[in-house]
Amino acid sequence: MKVLVPVKRAVDFNVKIRVKADNSGIELNNVKMSMNPFDEIAIEEATKLKEAGTVTEIIAVTIGPDKAQETLRTAMAIGADRGILVETDAPTDIGGVEPLAVAKTLKALVEKEKPDFVIMGKQSIDDDSNQTGQMLAALLNWPQGTFASKVELNDGKATVTREIDGGLETIEINLPAVITTDLRLNEPRYASLPNIMKAKKKPLDVMKPEDLNIDYTPRLSVVKVTEPPKRVGGGKVADVDELIDKLRNEAKVI
Amino acid sequence: MSILILAEHDHQSIKPVTLNVVTAARQIDADVHILIAGTDCSAAADEASKIHGITKVLKSDAPELSHRLAENLTPIIVGLADSYSHILAPATTFGKNVMPRVAALLDTQQISDISAIHDADTFDRPFYAGNAIATVKSSDAKKVITVRGTAFDPTKSEGGTSPIEDVASNGDSSLSNFVKQELSKSDRPELTSAKIVVSGGRGVGSGENFALIDALADKLGAAVGASRAAVDAGYVPNDYQVGQTGKVVAPELYIAVGISGAIQHLAGMKDSKYIVAINKDEEAPIFGVADYGLVGDLFDIVPELTEKL
Repeated sequence: MKVLVPVKRAVDFNVKIRVKADNSGIELNNVKMSMNPFDEIAIEEATKLKEAGTVTEIIAVTIGPDKAQETLRTAMAIGADRGILVETDAPTDIGGVEPLAVAKTLKALVEKEKPDFVIMGKQSIDDDSNQTGQMLAALLNWPQGTFASKVELNDGKATVTREIDGGLETIEINLPAVITTDLRLNEPRYASLPNIMKAKKKPLDVMKPEDLNIDYTPRLSVVKVTEPPKRVGGGKVADVDELIDKLRNEAKVI
Repeated sequence: MSILILAEHDHQSIKPVTLNVVTAARQIDADVHILIAGTDCSAAADEASKIHGITKVLKSDAPELSHRLAENLTPIIVGLADSYSHILAPATTFGKNVMPRVAALLDTQQISDISAIHDADTFDRPFYAGNAIATVKSSDAKKVITVRGTAFDPTKSEGGTSPIEDVASNGDSSLSNFVKQELSKSDRPELTSAKIVVSGGRGVGSGENFALIDALADKLGAAVGASRAAVDAGYVPNDYQVGQTGKVVAPELYIAVGISGAIQHLAGMKDSKYIVAINKDEEAPIFGVADYGLVGDLFDIVPELTEKL
């Protein structure tokens, strides 16, 4: 089976972000960027399926600036066979390429590459929208298995265990389908140095949104970006008795 | 034009978060309809008709709607969309699963997880794990929105007498099937609507030790939560997770036990009214957001607190 894995270059999850002084967005200059952690889980899952013999080819796709080629190389170092960059200088966190436009781009690539399924992160840790996978499934009229913590493929179907609010749910979906990954699906491996070197030689195609006839004009304009109100913390109590007293008589919450 | 809410329910009763979504909807327009899509869901529809501020209940009652499969729900909502300017759902795993599918078919850029409403086109939403708030203005004719429940007070569940109208289902998509559910059973209040939440982190050390957290929670009538570290370590199930990718809570009182306070965790609880932190590491970032920090061994403090309350 052939699988398409969309990945995104996003701010590294350890970075403490700052709002730009003019409130137009987030300061991304000289900030460490990495692959969105949920997408790493998606690449890992695809790679495991390839090692198990179920998957024969993994195509990693990203939308972003020239530098997003690094994200594709990371995906190829983990296990992707080739990469496609849809190159744009539009922002990918806010006020630029939005989830609907990403889903349309991916739909165009799915029609071109004809994968048996798509597996991708449930959300990116920059815009936190949690939309693209579901939108792609809708545009293709495919079923979706979102927030997956377990995936099994057999007989043209995927059995997906999903993390839902009350616990876990298992559904069976026909292939082709879109699967989105949750945190506990797997633990992504570290790419080995030989695999990083090999990844540099794997094919990487670059195209433009116009090549796919996709319009990246945003539907949501950014009025402003602000920091949330700072919480004044740091209060301490000496012991349990003082804590109970404060909760009863100062906060009045118990 | 009117507003449509996709209700979250279990066929018998409405999930409390739906009431918070009604409050958000009424900030946009006074004509608010609510869709109950389920199987043998008359009880839930009756309950919905009593919600204060609802002007009409739409009930879609069909066998294929018993497990809220997005593939079966989406065509019903899309079919109703012409009559509505805004379609809202709670930003729960249910709403997050269904709504983007609706938005894509309506060619609308969804606005996820809104925390404030400026006008019918302009909304606040947290991003970057809640470390920034974006105010965005939508140019789409129709808005598809998920609502952060904790950012809006619940409306009253009584007082309304809205009519119930039947809506046809579009049948089974044949794309997906429900297999099974494994839900955590608990007599405690629901995590996202509880007035008090007691959460444990990696410092609790094991699933067995979580009995300490449970005992304190039961004494307070509180819900039990956990950090991602505690869930990943297998101490408690995934649905306990509070944080950026888990549940967002904003109770009156949040008690964090043995939780260091990673950014991802703070994103899920920092809007709580009062925060208590119990941790042996006085440098732990959780103390930076705590109103009442108590430095010490949780294995001494928690039993003492449970006993003295």
